[in-house]
Amino acid sequence: MATIIRINNLSKIYASGFRALNNISLDIRRGEIFALLGPNGAGKTTLISIVCGIVTPSEGSVSVGGHDIVADYRASRALIGLVPQELTTDAFETARGTVAFSRGLFGKAPNPGLIEKILRDLSLWDKRDNPIISLSGGMKRRLLIAKALSHEPQILFLDEPTAGVDVSLRRDMWQLVRRLRDSGVTVILTTHYIEEAEEMADRVAVINKGEIILVEEKAELMRKLGKKQLTLQLDPPLETLPPGLKSRALELSPDGRQLTYTYESSDEESGIVPLLEDIRQAGIRFHDLQTSQRSLEDIFVSLVKEEA
Amino acid sequence: MTGFNLPAVLAIYHFEMARTRRTLLQSIISPVISTSLYFVVFGAAIGSRIDQIDGISYGAFIVPGLIMLSLLTHSISNASFGIFFPKFNRTIYELLSAPVSHFEVVLSYVGAAATKSLILGSIILATAALFVPLRIDHPLWMVFFFLLTAVTFSLLGFVIGIWADNFEKLQLVPLLIVTPLTFLGGSFYSINMLPPFWQAVTLFNPVVYLISGFRWSFYGVADVPVWISLAMTGAFLAVFIGIATWMLRTGYRLKN
Repeated sequence: MATIIRINNLSKIYASGFRALNNISLDIRRGEIFALLGPNGAGKTTLISIVCGIVTPSEGSVSVGGHDIVADYRASRALIGLVPQELTTDAFETARGTVAFSRGLFGKAPNPGLIEKILRDLSLWDKRDNPIISLSGGMKRRLLIAKALSHEPQILFLDEPTAGVDVSLRRDMWQLVRRLRDSGVTVILTTHYIEEAEEMADRVAVINKGEIILVEEKAELMRKLGKKQLTLQLDPPLETLPPGLKSRALELSPDGRQLTYTYESSDEESGIVPLLEDIRQAGIRFHDLQTSQRSLEDIFVSLVKEEA
Repeated sequence: MTGFNLPAVLAIYHFEMARTRRTLLQSIISPVISTSLYFVVFGAAIGSRIDQIDGISYGAFIVPGLIMLSLLTHSISNASFGIFFPKFNRTIYELLSAPVSHFEVVLSYVGAAATKSLILGSIILATAALFVPLRIDHPLWMVFFFLLTAVTFSLLGFVIGIWADNFEKLQLVPLLIVTPLTFLGGSFYSINMLPPFWQAVTLFNPVVYLISGFRWSFYGVADVPVWISLAMTGAFLAVFIGIATWMLRTGYRLKN
């Protein structure tokens, strides 16, 4: 896939001396959903703000669609829609008015039909003539998305799109992001909800203390770093593990009804088959078994801990 | 898209004018009332005891100064509020991330602020015409000074709006500098009426040149030669353009 955003050796040092970003290089591919994952204060918003032109970089360069964000800012910015993290809106402007304003700001001729479609897609059409101040928090968030989509951007930045958003709205948001991706829009979202990245992203970057720790296909990441667990439900329960099984990575639950085996999913030899054979030989009987995979959340926590 | 982002300039201009329309009543009524009060107090009550100045009745004499007074204060407050408020409620992110040049930002905010104060100035002029017989000797020059002052001080307001990081600072310059300078700049008197020492001091007040030039376009009389007035206004414009350009180029108090 072609690269749509290219970030080269980007650093940001604020006037206070705080180094928010440290020598970041990153390529975003056209048409993907890219999740930027990191704890609070990791530099996610700073990175997005630089690409969008809100913060001036200290070192390095960024190009969007082949256009340098400084030398050719008109062309690069016209490609981008940004949904900020905070609900920053005007108060007395109407919903429709503010979306039309955004379209104009990005240099596009008025298109009431398109704005109607965007507002309908985001279930805001009924509120089109209401002043923004009268909208609920969820509506304001959707309105910010409508504003970002008003000029038909090729790239959409969503900064913490589902922070403080209820479950059903979060589902709606995820659906919207998938629809956008299907229409060819590249979506970059930041989040500290791992399940969001796990649910949505094609690729994941983990950022911590201003540095990119890792960039990986989500599926690959899960495969590489995900531990798997095999759980056996024992019947009858077992009091202690037979000595022959103690050398293995086995754990018996206190009530003796559950036996858990942990293994790396990336290992060629999972060891399940010989294990089951040994268990049978030891005369342990089980009536059910299940396997589970470590979530992205566990992966993330262990990565960030390693850094600390 | 290169060259000029006209849709953006129109969008900002209309947004700012819509803000004006929402406060239409206070925008029109308050200058009419305050102008009427000035005429009642200075024109009728005090003015009847003051001789003509340079052959002009006192009531008519103060008209150009009154218009200048509100042109300056309103240009500054409109433009400073226009750019300060998006900073304050953080909607500025959208402007900063938009494909808009510095020139286009200044043009749209300053253009809207100047438009509003021109409307206001015209209302005051019309109100004044109800109280005193007006005479405009050099109408083209009058319009020119009118426009130049509105644009120049809207630019100053824009600069103040970027500089201010709280509401107090937003009020500081208009309240502590501009209003006193305007009152002491010959709005209500000719500087020839002052003792020689204060006449000399007054010449350091930039507003003197604005009011003097504007009054010349009405009555053909001025405290200082009209070309100096013109040059001074042009110099202010150049200085404010310089500061605004520097602010936008460096992202002063806008970025980071």
